[in-house]
Amino acid sequence: MDIGTVRGLITAALFIAFLALVFWAYSKRRKADFDELARLPLEDDPPVKDSGSKTP
Amino acid sequence: MTATHYNDKVVRQFAIMTVVWGIVGMLVGVLIAAQLLWPDLLPPYSFLSFARLRPLHTNAVIFAFGGSALFATSYYIVQRTCHTRLFLDKLAAFTFWGWQVVILLAAITLPLGMTSSKEYAELEWPIDILIAIVWVAYGVVFFGTIAQRKVKHIYVANWFFAAYIITIAVLHIVNSLAIPVTLTKSYSIYPGVVDAMVQWWYGHNAVGFFLTAAFLGMMYYFVPKQAGRPVYSYRLSVVHFWALISTYMWAGPHHLHYTTLPDWAQSLGMVFSLILLAPSWGGMINGMMTLSGAWHKLRTDPILKFLIVSLSFYGMSTFEGPMMSIKTVNSLSHYTDWTIGHVHSGALGWVAMISIGTMYALIPKLYGREQMYSVKLIDVHFWTTTVGVVLYITSMWIAGVMQGLMWRATNADGTLTYAFIESIKSTYPYYAVRLAGGTMVFAGMLLMAWNVWKTIAGRTTTADSPVVQPA
Repeated sequence: MDIGTVRGLITAALFIAFLALVFWAYSKRRKADFDELARLPLEDDPPVKDSGSKTP
Repeated sequence: MTATHYNDKVVRQFAIMTVVWGIVGMLVGVLIAAQLLWPDLLPPYSFLSFARLRPLHTNAVIFAFGGSALFATSYYIVQRTCHTRLFLDKLAAFTFWGWQVVILLAAITLPLGMTSSKEYAELEWPIDILIAIVWVAYGVVFFGTIAQRKVKHIYVANWFFAAYIITIAVLHIVNSLAIPVTLTKSYSIYPGVVDAMVQWWYGHNAVGFFLTAAFLGMMYYFVPKQAGRPVYSYRLSVVHFWALISTYMWAGPHHLHYTTLPDWAQSLGMVFSLILLAPSWGGMINGMMTLSGAWHKLRTDPILKFLIVSLSFYGMSTFEGPMMSIKTVNSLSHYTDWTIGHVHSGALGWVAMISIGTMYALIPKLYGREQMYSVKLIDVHFWTTTVGVVLYITSMWIAGVMQGLMWRATNADGTLTYAFIESIKSTYPYYAVRLAGGTMVFAGMLLMAWNVWKTIAGRTTTADSPVVQPA
């Protein structure tokens, strides 16, 4: 196999990997998990000073 | 044994030094901007010359100001989102003191003219070794904390910080490889154009990973936090993370258009720079849309204004960057002040504004306060910075396009229409506007220092926050 073919195959493999990532990230199965994860920064305040500290 | 409190001490130290180094770095920036307007401003000592002070400015704002902000926020965020105390307190303290020593050594050696002459990597080899040691320690602390996390998932902000820590280590070590001749002088191991390519592979990824990925990590925690809203699209954050880090690696050659770098490499750099628009805007859109349903908060919360306007500047400069990487555009823009304008729309508009906003959110928390001493002053700071940045970048755009057009103008007989000095003469008014803009940004930092001082006065022995159990 000449080097051009190898490079082409690598490019194709990376492109497929990217598509796989997109399909994985946007699959219905992941939605519930991701919605929960999106709230992570909001859920780490100590309970005592949870209110009032967010807006001046 | 499980620690019951977060390590906030090292976060406080880095947060305070962010403000201090911000003032120092921007003061030097104002000084050299004034030197361009008035070349005889300072006494004619070599250590006060523009050539010596300029790397001091860039190193101070990027690595001292930006670096301290990133250490502070990455240590803060990784503890909160992993629900655990920082790994190895003593090593974390070493990263603080080690980083400060690096900055002090830079402040001494750069004005003395000790330089490797690689842009943004000017420091000589002994300091480079110290940076590498501190950086590896940083990695151990950060990844050690991730390893002992109490939750299964690694939050997206930590992914960005992880990519930044690993990549900067690789970039710094590879680009700094040199043969030492004396204690203060070394020569790069790379020859000719290979050296240039390695340098700009480093240089552009320093932009991509230090000034972009890491600050996106900051954004992904503090924008949702301050808006009180979840991340707009977590799946977008996953996709644009991987797209961003795999694309940035290849964009470096656009710094070497029309040089002796092979044409194919220049074109490759240009194409990857164009692709970069998509993952960059993924981050911007995700940050801005996080405000959906909370837009009204922008009216009353100057911290959110800082964060959201920083994202606007991020979106603007990541549109401008790909455009400037197009070879035909670059043939006009390269070596002109347009580049300086572009850099500052990213560095002041994005990096500085998101750091400042974040510090205003972070510092009161670190010292057990509800909010900053004066919220009104944050608003004043926001406006001085915004107007200052706009004056800075618009003046440099106009100056840059003008310079590019003057340099390429030819008469009918093929001779150049303008001598170089004429383009400098025509730039003076814009240098004045830039100085005014830069001074406004600097003045804002002084307001910040006073506000921070009043916020933390008498609170230097604040207790650390307790570790929150995961839900």
